[in-house]
Amino acid sequence: MSRVATQRRKAAFGRFWTTYRHDRAGMAGLIILVFFVLVAILAPILIPDDALDVTKADGERFDGPSLAYPLGTDDSGRSLILLLAYGTRISLTVGIAATLVAMIIGTAVGIMAGHFRGPGSHVLVGATDWFLVIPFLPLAIVLATVLGPSTLNLIIVIGITSWAGTARLIRAQTLSIEERPYIERSKALGAGNWHQMTRHVLPNVLPLVLANTTLTVAIVILSETTLSFLGLGDPLAPSWGALLDRAFSSGAVSRGAWWFVLPPGICVVLVVLAFTLVGRALERILDPRGATA
Amino acid sequence: MSLLQDAAVGEPDPIRAPRVSGSVLRTVGGKVLRAFITLAFVVVFNFFLFRLLPGDPIGLYTRGRNQDAEQLAELRRALDKPILEQFLTYVRNPFDPGIDSTRFSRPVWEMIGERVWPTLLLLGTAIVLASIIGIWIGIRAGWKPGSRFDKTSTGTTLTLYSMPEFWLGMMLLIVFSVGAFGIPGLFPVGGIVTPGVDTSTPLGWLNVLWHMVLPCTTLTLIYLADYSLVMRASLIDERKQEYLALARAKGLRDVMVRQKHAVPNALLPTITLIFLSLGFVVTGAITVETVFSWPGLGLLTYEALRGPDIPLLQATFLLFSIAVIVANLLAELLYAIIDPRVRS
Repeated sequence: MSRVATQRRKAAFGRFWTTYRHDRAGMAGLIILVFFVLVAILAPILIPDDALDVTKADGERFDGPSLAYPLGTDDSGRSLILLLAYGTRISLTVGIAATLVAMIIGTAVGIMAGHFRGPGSHVLVGATDWFLVIPFLPLAIVLATVLGPSTLNLIIVIGITSWAGTARLIRAQTLSIEERPYIERSKALGAGNWHQMTRHVLPNVLPLVLANTTLTVAIVILSETTLSFLGLGDPLAPSWGALLDRAFSSGAVSRGAWWFVLPPGICVVLVVLAFTLVGRALERILDPRGATA
Repeated sequence: MSLLQDAAVGEPDPIRAPRVSGSVLRTVGGKVLRAFITLAFVVVFNFFLFRLLPGDPIGLYTRGRNQDAEQLAELRRALDKPILEQFLTYVRNPFDPGIDSTRFSRPVWEMIGERVWPTLLLLGTAIVLASIIGIWIGIRAGWKPGSRFDKTSTGTTLTLYSMPEFWLGMMLLIVFSVGAFGIPGLFPVGGIVTPGVDTSTPLGWLNVLWHMVLPCTTLTLIYLADYSLVMRASLIDERKQEYLALARAKGLRDVMVRQKHAVPNALLPTITLIFLSLGFVVTGAITVETVFSWPGLGLLTYEALRGPDIPLLQATFLLFSIAVIVANLLAELLYAIIDPRVRS
């Protein structure tokens, strides 16, 4: 890359940031996200391993909030605020990793389905439509049951079930980009399929992918919470959904132990809302046509 | 697709009318055929997914449970047949009454038959309530974007949209059934009816209604968030159309412009979405029925996956997929009927 290109990109990013800074909802989302990412990174440093160990728990069972346990204790006497902080790490990791899987599949399938003509493209479009129609949770439950409960399998399951929306969006964008004259020019100069897709189509769909990514993370984190709540995640990794599962199956609801149920849900709402706000702000800035949405 | 488009682009000629109706028929046929192909893939997927795994399938079928030797031998005999033969048996009739649940030792379709009505009752009520309230909020917010009502309602619906539905259910249970924060327990903690109450009497219906309040409120709140956001966006798009300027220029009052011109057009995508979002509705059913021990298909799915009970899981997956595929088909056909622009 030449220096001119680097400078131009810096300038473009500067313009983008100036616009983004004035988007109040987008900034609020960004600040919430920075907070949760810090918690996720610092969790293993600040929290001793013993806090997560059921056998070393020192609190009363189902104890309400107190000075020693600011958010109370769980069904085996562990401090909930520490579990919650650790859960941030797992929920965010699964959310971001599964989104990456979904975005890579979705972008690759979308570009190929838009670029190629013929039976191969029909198969890709058919597969996309199939995954769009099939109800998410029953499909995810079936896949997760077959693969067995673990964090890696959870990432795979959510990744495979969440790419279709992105693929459809990217395919539509690819089709419109391929109409432009510079693609014809590069074809005339002898560019192969790979070169066209990676050098000309991909850079043009990337801004859309970026905005779509943040919206997908929001949905993926909700999916992770739901699947973990149903007991399909790693039983030893206390993600927010797994905490809610534990609260539900240990009878925290019938005991009225609201401190066990309320905080994990609020964390999910805050993070999902934050990703949605950032995603909508990115859409507004990157795609001026959708300015009202 | 290209065939259908070619059929629709005919130059005007005397025999145009019959040709158009023929193309409508072909469009409908094409959509039905696609729904069937989608369904066929569900059946194939449903069968092979559980058999393509490495290792002993008996382990998957009986994970975590003890079974007597005779049951195991029976299962092994069934699974030892050639895979093609097993597949053909399954494809010939996926609704075979002979398919037994491995956990409850009862025919799976019989169990599903018992659970259909509670789910239809709960989801039907929630969808109707959510559509009415959601569309009303969407209209008020979308007609004056940026107003105070719009800001409050969009904030609230976005928050509801970001909420795991089962968590909302658990919180409602703690507050209104168990009683917390000074509120006494007003509603039952779960189930569809108090044991011993006869559901065929008016008192029995009231009892069911009383059990339905909390799960139905939970689902309504979650669904209406989606519906109102779509209605709002759709109305905002409609506001830019020129025919509204014309309607105003004629001297129509704002209310009339909204009710007679903008809303009917903006309703189209919203109604389609309500049909298309059945997959999302199913997700809510599974978790919310679990939280409220509502004896429907969602709770049955939860019981099946906790086993895991593979035949039962396959059956519920098939049923939910059929429901969603049919709803999608209906949405496409309905759209073609109520919006003439799609037909050409």
